[in-house]
Amino acid sequence: MTTVQTSRRYGPGRWAVLAALVVFAVVMLAPFAIVSLNAIKTPADYSTNGPLSLPSELYLQGIIDFWNRVDFGRKLLNSLITSGAVAVLAVILSVLNAYALGIGRVKGRLWILVVFLVANTMPQEALAYPLYYLSKEAGLYDTQLAVIIIFTAIQAAFGTYLLSSVLGAFPREILEAAEIDGAGRWRALWRIVVPISRPTISVLLIFFFIWTWNEFFLPLIFLISNDNQTVPVALGVLQGQRMMDATMSSASALLGIVPAVAFFLIFQRTLTRGVTVGAIK
Amino acid sequence: MAVQAPAARPAATREAGPGRAAPRRGGYWLYLLPSAVLFLAVIVVPFAMNVGASFTRWTGVGTPRWTGLDNYTRLFADETFWASFRHNVLLIVAMAIVPTIIGLVLAAALFDYIGKRFGARTASALRAAYYLPQVLPVAVAGVVWGWMLHPSYGALNQVLQAVGLDGLARNWLGDPDLALATVMAIMVWFQLGYPVVIFMAGLQRVDPALYEAAEIDGASWWRRFWHITVPQIRQEIFVVLLTCTIAALKVFGPIFVLTGGGPGRATMVPSYFSYVNFFEKANVGYGSAIATVLAIIIVIVTAFFLKFQDRGER
Repeated sequence: MTTVQTSRRYGPGRWAVLAALVVFAVVMLAPFAIVSLNAIKTPADYSTNGPLSLPSELYLQGIIDFWNRVDFGRKLLNSLITSGAVAVLAVILSVLNAYALGIGRVKGRLWILVVFLVANTMPQEALAYPLYYLSKEAGLYDTQLAVIIIFTAIQAAFGTYLLSSVLGAFPREILEAAEIDGAGRWRALWRIVVPISRPTISVLLIFFFIWTWNEFFLPLIFLISNDNQTVPVALGVLQGQRMMDATMSSASALLGIVPAVAFFLIFQRTLTRGVTVGAIK
Repeated sequence: MAVQAPAARPAATREAGPGRAAPRRGGYWLYLLPSAVLFLAVIVVPFAMNVGASFTRWTGVGTPRWTGLDNYTRLFADETFWASFRHNVLLIVAMAIVPTIIGLVLAAALFDYIGKRFGARTASALRAAYYLPQVLPVAVAGVVWGWMLHPSYGALNQVLQAVGLDGLARNWLGDPDLALATVMAIMVWFQLGYPVVIFMAGLQRVDPALYEAAEIDGASWWRRFWHITVPQIRQEIFVVLLTCTIAALKVFGPIFVLTGGGPGRATMVPSYFSYVNFFEKANVGYGSAIATVLAIIIVIVTAFFLKFQDRGER
């Protein structure tokens, strides 16, 4: 590295850029901070001191009341089961499809890919009523299984599209070497393709989990009984009713935020690792 | 890592192989079979049923009555339907175009500037901050903003009053002239992290030598941005624009939670319009027609992007 470059790299302007980006980050995070701050205040504290003051005492009753009122533990479990099942199943299907399309290069793969993409982009509105009707006929209405089946199909469509292009660029020499070694197709998939593509696959797994957790439209239609509802459906429906005071309302927002942020903190390591492994390779 | 996997294979299996047999392509079809069955049941058949229902008058119970194109003629004369699509276009700006532009600048700044001057840790902490809204369920984002913007006890108006800007306090979601702009602003906040993360991941695979060469040549940050960053992650830009545009066309959760399409029809979108017809008005045929039109538009947008992307690659 030359000295000219070094001095340019450490010019004073860099602090201005950093400051601007940090201010922007603060703006992005402000709603999270404000919600958290007010979820732990008494309603009286909120009305006298406003939303920006620090709570005069730690008040958890709003959160506890809201938790009990909606049986929040149950909602968390429902969301966890649905999202986890969909993430795993959709990743398996995506890998199988992408193997056939990206590496197997089956005939007509471009058209198959287009079908998958169309399936993924298909608005759920154009499937909702028939799915609602069919699930009633099949006795699956108001069950989590119905939601799991539907979202496995929808997420796998996206995963296939993404993973096919990644596997399309998979180094041929490795596969040829495996073939010479006598590894069958099935073995080659699980022993070579999957481990080497792990960074992409784990990112897919995370996205599927988060996306399914976040889904609202179809779960709103399919999960009508209180015992089956997911977190977003329960909170969204309650918000529509607008029957809460200021602090309980922010307690409900906080309870929606906490699991999502917790997953993010857990997953962030995998996301970063996925990205760095990709860079080393 | 890439080299290790085959090398670790025991030598014994080598002899078992049939040598360099010609690859049999046919067998790969089997891997597509499970998805094919699932897709038929969850997507193909329901979509066909939806299109069928759009030519009928049906309350959801009893037998649908065939009415031909009646629903569609009624739809194209329905001012609410047109308004809902105009709102959709504005939501594409808020959810796809603006986040892509800001996301490109942020990703390039974090990767090519902050990452090199302050270390990768600073860059990834900032990336995490921008991404945080995106981890929320969109309905929860709606709950958060519904609370922040509540006309009587909402934090935003209270803060404006506290700093003496009472005049700026508004009924953000209740004013027909403001509601859509408010929803748009919320969606920019919500959507931004997605392009930032995708673009930064894309930048990881750009050859650092490109940047180093450009830097030695004295290319400014903006020149590197236009001539290296943007072309090198073109693929990611296409994917982000496509997925965000489609997300905007389908937007439902924030509308359901924040405004219910109102006040009046100020924030009505096709998705919510079809929902209302399906489940509140029991106009299943009419709702199906709205959903079919929305599906056709989305397929056209997707085809357009794919064609464009294909040309870009050649």
